[in-house]
Amino acid sequence: MGRTLTFNIFRYNPSDPASAPHMDKFTLDETERMTLFIALNRIREELDPTLMFDFCCRAGICGACAMVINGRPGLACHTKTKEMPDEITLMPLPVFKLVGDLSVDTGVWFRTMYQKIESWVHTDKKFDPTAQEERMDNGLAEQIYELDRCIECGCCVGACGTALMREDFLGAVALNRLARFILDPRDQRTEKDYFDVVGTDEGIFGCMGLLACEDVCPKQIPLQEQLGKLRRKMALAAVKNILPKFLKKDF
Amino acid sequence: MKIIQTDLLCIGAGLAGERVAIEAADNGFSVICLSIVPARRSHSSAAQGGMQAALGNSAMGEGDSPDVHFADTVKGSDWGCDQEVARLFVDAAPIAMRQMAFWGVPWNRVVPGEQTYYKGGKPFTAFEKPENEGLIHSRNFGGTAKWRTCYTSDGTGHCVLYTLDNRAAQMGVNVVDKVEAIALIHDGDVCMGAIARCLKTGELTAYLARATLVATGGFGRIYRESTNAVICDGGGLITALDTGVVSLGNMEAVQFHPTGIVPTDILVTEGCRGDGGTLLDKNEYRFMPDYEPDKAELASRDVVSRRMTEHMRKGLGVSSPYGDHLWLDIRHLGEHHIRTKLREVDEICQSFLGVDPVHQLIPVRPTQHYSMGGVRTNKDGAAYGLKGLFSAGESACWDMHGFNRLGGNSLAETVVAGMIIGGKIVEFLKGTETTFSTGAVRDAMNKQTSRIADLVACKHGSENPYVVRNAMFDSIMKGAGIFRNGKDLEKCVAELQEILGRARKVGLRSNGKGANPELTMALKIEGMVKLALCVAYGALKRTESRGAHTREDFPERNDRDWLTRTLATWTEGADLPTLNYEPATHTFEMPPGDRGYGGGKIISMDAPK
Repeated sequence: MGRTLTFNIFRYNPSDPASAPHMDKFTLDETERMTLFIALNRIREELDPTLMFDFCCRAGICGACAMVINGRPGLACHTKTKEMPDEITLMPLPVFKLVGDLSVDTGVWFRTMYQKIESWVHTDKKFDPTAQEERMDNGLAEQIYELDRCIECGCCVGACGTALMREDFLGAVALNRLARFILDPRDQRTEKDYFDVVGTDEGIFGCMGLLACEDVCPKQIPLQEQLGKLRRKMALAAVKNILPKFLKKDF
Repeated sequence: MKIIQTDLLCIGAGLAGERVAIEAADNGFSVICLSIVPARRSHSSAAQGGMQAALGNSAMGEGDSPDVHFADTVKGSDWGCDQEVARLFVDAAPIAMRQMAFWGVPWNRVVPGEQTYYKGGKPFTAFEKPENEGLIHSRNFGGTAKWRTCYTSDGTGHCVLYTLDNRAAQMGVNVVDKVEAIALIHDGDVCMGAIARCLKTGELTAYLARATLVATGGFGRIYRESTNAVICDGGGLITALDTGVVSLGNMEAVQFHPTGIVPTDILVTEGCRGDGGTLLDKNEYRFMPDYEPDKAELASRDVVSRRMTEHMRKGLGVSSPYGDHLWLDIRHLGEHHIRTKLREVDEICQSFLGVDPVHQLIPVRPTQHYSMGGVRTNKDGAAYGLKGLFSAGESACWDMHGFNRLGGNSLAETVVAGMIIGGKIVEFLKGTETTFSTGAVRDAMNKQTSRIADLVACKHGSENPYVVRNAMFDSIMKGAGIFRNGKDLEKCVAELQEILGRARKVGLRSNGKGANPELTMALKIEGMVKLALCVAYGALKRTESRGAHTREDFPERNDRDWLTRTLATWTEGADLPTLNYEPATHTFEMPPGDRGYGGGKIISMDAPK
């Protein structure tokens, strides 16, 4: 305790013609158990009421507060100042469209992604309100949950080399989402259906294997493993598609 | 003026809003959801524990039925609920859970054979029937006779919200995020949509709709100590109250959660106690069995919160720089259980406290948690006062929770009410046409445009909206917190009236351009103080104790005089809400009785005056 913290914060309000991108410096006295949630709200309330940033649950559940913290994408609400140096530099997440200062538009990006990969259970069954639920093995339910834990914070996209270079790259978040549906027996899509969605450079073959996505995932989702499995599955599917029929066997 | 027209406008895209939206989209109607945040960041995602539905698949849920669930719900509400609505809810809940499973929720399932569970900190075994293998499992939650809470580890709200938002994307529901409704468009009889401000650009848009749904969640953020997400500031309720004709029901019924962590007030789930977590005082003594010998830590949460406060008032709390607290102990559940079944809790402790719950105690205190009150609706979800206006979920007072809702009932309410009210809105849309009054639309837009211009120009004053909000925080926690009494409530109401005067004089220090956060705050502070006054004034007038509303000077539940629901409306320019009352319920499937926990005396309906 007793430290004075210096915050270097990216500033730009695209809606204000008088605004130009620049860095602002703020100083705060550090208090016990301070997080960036507490610090940024104090800056807004005490020093500069125009500072734009996003928090929602402030509990690491909703994914709203991702930003680049001393060069690394992460959740601001998770970040305890006692684990940080005296000087903290905050930038908005790249790739996503800037709303202002530290706030970016993740909503539109993710909704576009849902449509591209059709992020829902595909089934020709109809829900029968009078019937008992279909059974599922608890172990399988837990495996699906494991991948369903993604909070769409966008850290994996902000840290991704491919996403920075090509706008249409789906990113680890979308590939993990698809892996979740591949696991789920309620989704009736075939291997070919999945291949059509991610068997391209926009999808799994655009991944350069840098794997910063896994390093920065605040939920520690095993993205490396999922990307590896998906690449193998899709590569095999590709091979199956070009082999003459009599050479095909079940991989 | 930018105008967008749709059949259904949902203000809020959490579980209730999206479930209603899906029902309308499924029936071929156009739907727009407005949301302050991307839909999946809605506060529904933070509900870790689960959803109550009497499926009765698990060993500890055997013999469960909607009737048992009904009895628990009515008791939990301290007979403050509308029993017809509670019945609709419990009967439909199992169907809603199965529908969620059909759409993709990875519910935890029954694992057959002998399983180890915990109750009251002690392990025991129960035999799960082989014929139930793979059906939806349930866990224990406070205030219930059976284990009834369906769950996905401790990410239930998150998983159900992601599933519903997937379904919404599939059905073509148009979710517009980073936009906030700041006023309803109406002519005093009919609601025609809302004026909304874009939180990316600051632009105002008039959304015209034949049906408008308020599904903006709770208003916990009128308290400083709240488990609610920062967006839960009652925005939708404010737009309803500002009409002058729509009633807010039971605003004084505010629930506190026993286990918010200190200092950030992040909730750790009741599942901790359900699975066997215990509460300890400064001597690391387990005190709850002394107060509640049968239920101990599993009494309903208003009882647990009150007992904790009572115990701390005896000087047995742990002192800290952030005030007194108690300890939650889950160490005996073991590393495997904590790291898997209670993983979110584990993460919260490690990330926000630097505490490892496998080896250390968790500092907790009661914290504002749930708003039983909200936009009063009938059983179809239609708001009192304006045709074409509906409400569902926490923002509504539908009213199945009365003066205390049970853990797991509110998360279930979002999708069950969404299903039922969604169906009623579909009927409404099929049978009703609306005439949009261009004059009403223009008036509503002009009013908001000049409000913003006045705030930027500091026309009415230059009070700092954050300073005004802090004054409100100080006043309401002191006067209308867990324990209430006439003297403190009178003081609180007087203070809040003074604060309301200041809220009407706020002005910006900045230029208000674009997604300016100071303007966002300034636009809602007056409404937030009005909600605080509805809570405090309603609490002052209700001279009894019922559920979460605890009056030290009126400790009895008074069924003779107060088996009623408070209805608050706000006349433009007034300094206090107008309060009216209606019977809590018109049907009595279950006559008022003793809850069996919480202690306290009851003045019966037929007691002499």
